[in-house]
Amino acid sequence: MPHINLPEGFPGISAGFMFRPETAKPMRELAHVLLHEPNSLTAAERELIATYVSSRNDCHFCQSSHGAAAACHLGDASVVEQVKTNFLAASVSDKLKALLVIAGKVQQDGKLVTGADVETARRQGATDIEIHDTVLIAAAFSMYNRYVDGLGTWQPRDPEMYAQMGKHLAEEGYRAPSIKQPVGAG
Amino acid sequence: MPHIALPPDLPGIRGAMAFRPETARPLNALVEVLLTGPSTLTRGERELIATYVSSRNCTHYCHSIHGMIAAAHLGGDEALVKQVKTDFTQAAISSKLKALLVIAGKVQQDGKLVTAADVEAARAQGATDLEIHDTVLIAAAFCMYNRYVDGLGTDQPDDEALYRERGRRVARDGYVVVSEEYLGQAVHSS
Repeated sequence: MPHINLPEGFPGISAGFMFRPETAKPMRELAHVLLHEPNSLTAAERELIATYVSSRNDCHFCQSSHGAAAACHLGDASVVEQVKTNFLAASVSDKLKALLVIAGKVQQDGKLVTGADVETARRQGATDIEIHDTVLIAAAFSMYNRYVDGLGTWQPRDPEMYAQMGKHLAEEGYRAPSIKQPVGAG
Repeated sequence: MPHIALPPDLPGIRGAMAFRPETARPLNALVEVLLTGPSTLTRGERELIATYVSSRNCTHYCHSIHGMIAAAHLGGDEALVKQVKTDFTQAAISSKLKALLVIAGKVQQDGKLVTAADVEAARAQGATDLEIHDTVLIAAAFCMYNRYVDGLGTDQPDDEALYRERGRRVARDGYVVVSEEYLGQAVHSS
């Protein structure tokens, strides 16, 4: 049960967003810029970074919805599972692996990122803006995950709900809600 | 030295924001609503929550600047701010704020650590649902800002006077207005 009186039938962050539209607006905008707007990192790569950080923070709602968005972009869910379990063995580029190392450190503590980590990413072709965005995606999901978990939001286990959400996120982005109606508690 | 080529002479989050104005705008809009917007928590109380979380994350720039903004809202009482950082249970703040800082400290570690008993204790001291929501989100948001500032290896000066001076300005003018100076700068130089 949520810790406060959140609207019923709205899973995860959508309940927090409904409860407080004033903070929802910049939080949606930030996710939209980071994950959906044009970037030299593909939308799939950015969703994989978000999924990886959310998985390390053990936030079910965020890793499932962003994992579904990544799978929708990739047309393949198996890579998402590989990235969560052991990204070093996943079918992703060496550049993305180097960026995931940085994201994993930011997830723990930004101070753990070293000059050598950044140098490794650069050697695989990462630009300054890609390194910046990786750090900020990892930092932002350290927020979204804590928000979703800290309010005790309802986080359904139904994979089909996340698949639908993921499709919306992949196609429309983050400015408009992906959950517009209460979801059946099934 | 920063990990990437951030604009010089802009310490902490300011250099990062000037580097990427597209993300700076929602980042500033969020902190503006949370820390300066209408709320039944005072601006001093909300800045103390931000300062406490940043202090636990050991992000020097954030806990210094938000500590000074808090002090500016609290009649210049820097000793109270230091007490909240060191041991808030002994600080001269309300029992309600102490209960909210317990929740913020748990969110700083992991949102799943917040218990119904923590929330009940805050309610017993008069905290509303909106105040509990905003406490959780302030704590979560500073876990982002702190990681952003540290993860880019930004310049975080030691000089207390610098934070005191800027803290007074942010307390007076708010985050969005003060950010215009370096976001404007970024637009002109690109």
